[in-house]
Amino acid sequence: MEYKISNRLKIAAIVMIVLGVLGVGYGFMDANSVTEENISDVIAAEHHGGHGDDALTTEAHGDEHAEEAQGESHGESASHAEESHGDDAHGGMTEHEEHALHQIHNRPYSALYVAAFFFFMIALGVLAFYAIQYAAQAGWSPVLFRVMEGITSYVLPGGLIVLAIAFVADSHLFIWLREGTTTVGHENYDALVAGKSGWLNKTGFFIRGLIFLGGWSLYRHFSRKFSIAQDNADDNRNFKKNFRISAAFLVFYIYTESMMSWDWIMSVDPHWFSTLFGWYVFASMFVSGITVIAMITIYLKSKNLLEFVNDSHIHDLAKFMFGISIFWTYLWFSQFMLIWYSNIPEEVTYFVTRIEDYKLPFFGMLAMNFIFPLLLLMNSDYKRINWFVIMAGIVILCGHYVDVFNWIMPATVGPRWSIGIPEIGSILLFGGLFLLIVFWSLGKESLLAKGNPFIKESEHFHY
Amino acid sequence: MEASKVIHAIYTDDDVLMSAVKTVKAEKHHIEEIYTPFPVHGLDKAMGLAPTRIAIASFMYGCVGLAVAIVMMNFIMIKDWPQDIGGKPSFSYLENMPAFVPIMFELTVFFAAHLMVITFYLRSRMWPFKKAENPDPRTTDDHFLMEIAVHGNESELTSLLKETGAVEINIVDKDEDAH
Repeated sequence: MEYKISNRLKIAAIVMIVLGVLGVGYGFMDANSVTEENISDVIAAEHHGGHGDDALTTEAHGDEHAEEAQGESHGESASHAEESHGDDAHGGMTEHEEHALHQIHNRPYSALYVAAFFFFMIALGVLAFYAIQYAAQAGWSPVLFRVMEGITSYVLPGGLIVLAIAFVADSHLFIWLREGTTTVGHENYDALVAGKSGWLNKTGFFIRGLIFLGGWSLYRHFSRKFSIAQDNADDNRNFKKNFRISAAFLVFYIYTESMMSWDWIMSVDPHWFSTLFGWYVFASMFVSGITVIAMITIYLKSKNLLEFVNDSHIHDLAKFMFGISIFWTYLWFSQFMLIWYSNIPEEVTYFVTRIEDYKLPFFGMLAMNFIFPLLLLMNSDYKRINWFVIMAGIVILCGHYVDVFNWIMPATVGPRWSIGIPEIGSILLFGGLFLLIVFWSLGKESLLAKGNPFIKESEHFHY
Repeated sequence: MEASKVIHAIYTDDDVLMSAVKTVKAEKHHIEEIYTPFPVHGLDKAMGLAPTRIAIASFMYGCVGLAVAIVMMNFIMIKDWPQDIGGKPSFSYLENMPAFVPIMFELTVFFAAHLMVITFYLRSRMWPFKKAENPDPRTTDDHFLMEIAVHGNESELTSLLKETGAVEINIVDKDEDAH
């Protein structure tokens, strides 16, 4: 049952990281090549199709209008503008130009943040799932505990990375961090942000972030420690300790997860708020986490490392993927419908922006996160077919990446979004890091939590 | 119809019953029916019953419910008596669709659930005031009853069932027209 990260996987992960770093580096260079001097040329190049904003968005994601919209991505138009740079010098920028410049500069930071948060939220979702298994004293899942513990090893590094990006990106991501937002009379003064500054301030943000992350990592540290100690124990003391700290963790988690979602995600749109946003983010991380448990379990099973995991375990994980996907849709729709129906300007702008500028990712995400899992995983027999679960899992993971994309991007880059080199580079970077850390951690201990008092029941689990 | 002889073996534990079913099937005897006080997981598979098709029926009923909801709301809110609710008098089904999603969901569930139960009753030939079919009232409490048809192999079957842990074995004449 011992597992060591294979050289092939290690090399693949390292290659992903290297490619990712190159992609991210290119993204920053490309964005910084647009400056105050050439911004008006860049905008002119964007508009040369004459379609206005409409052409801008269709160009960006290259869908059915690609041909008529000159087929230029922003990266290309930026370098295109570079060539003609110097023809005419510009003194002051117009407000539109300044706005566009900010959005272009925000993009690589946002791409990095979205991917970092996506992989972090997978690990955190698994941590919550793991705690629930202990708190409920579940009998079916202990054979999967080591896989879950492997994935949760990414909580601490992943969380620190998200916080570090937030720290470096500063007002590139969080508009309320701009200078003067709380100073009366300043040109950036924002009465709504000033009113929230008791909560929304940089010191508070990072103190809270470290408290959240500290609590989650402490739970992860001790539950892993007790779980390993239980392997060779002759009583159930460690298991009981784990039961107790898991129950306590879940209480801590459900408050801090919600606050984390306000801080790390909802605050990119500081004027907007939704009271069920925390739950909605939770559903996303929960379903992504469970999907990754299923995928890694199937991967290890294909290497004959998990003989004690049978079809019924995969079936149960797939049931969770199905059920939580519908739960996610329920929360997403609950949030959407109330805001759409009441049509209050300060709330509804959130969805107006997304439907106007993000039509494809906004509705595409709904198809990937709801319609696909609903139809693919409805049939009971399909939930036992390993490759089928993997395929459904890939769709779900892509869907939830786009979900995170839709949380952050509209606030930071507006209509200047695309899924190009900076975004894919960031996914490769953090995906590689995630694989490296998770599989390295999986190799540290036996893959069977053999001392768990429910392990016999779990091995014989049969649906 | 001619009366036939059946053997009734009574068990007091579902695990014992399950292993008995496997033994009896391995000896190639045909199990007519099993009466249990509660659903026993995996019993249908062990008995070799064909898989249920109620899930397919349920999916189709759900689709009917969804269609009914769409047509109904289109008639009520768009065609017959359009109303301005929340400043959305658009006369377009699609633009008002989010408001109808809860109704679409509820009617899908309503149709699937109720029609599935009705289908189940019809297929099981159950209706109000029907005389109970279970041969022994103890099967509604804490006993499990396995019914096997006898074709002149009484003693062989009796000893086999005794070995599997049956607490009681009765041979009865079964009148096919009785129910």
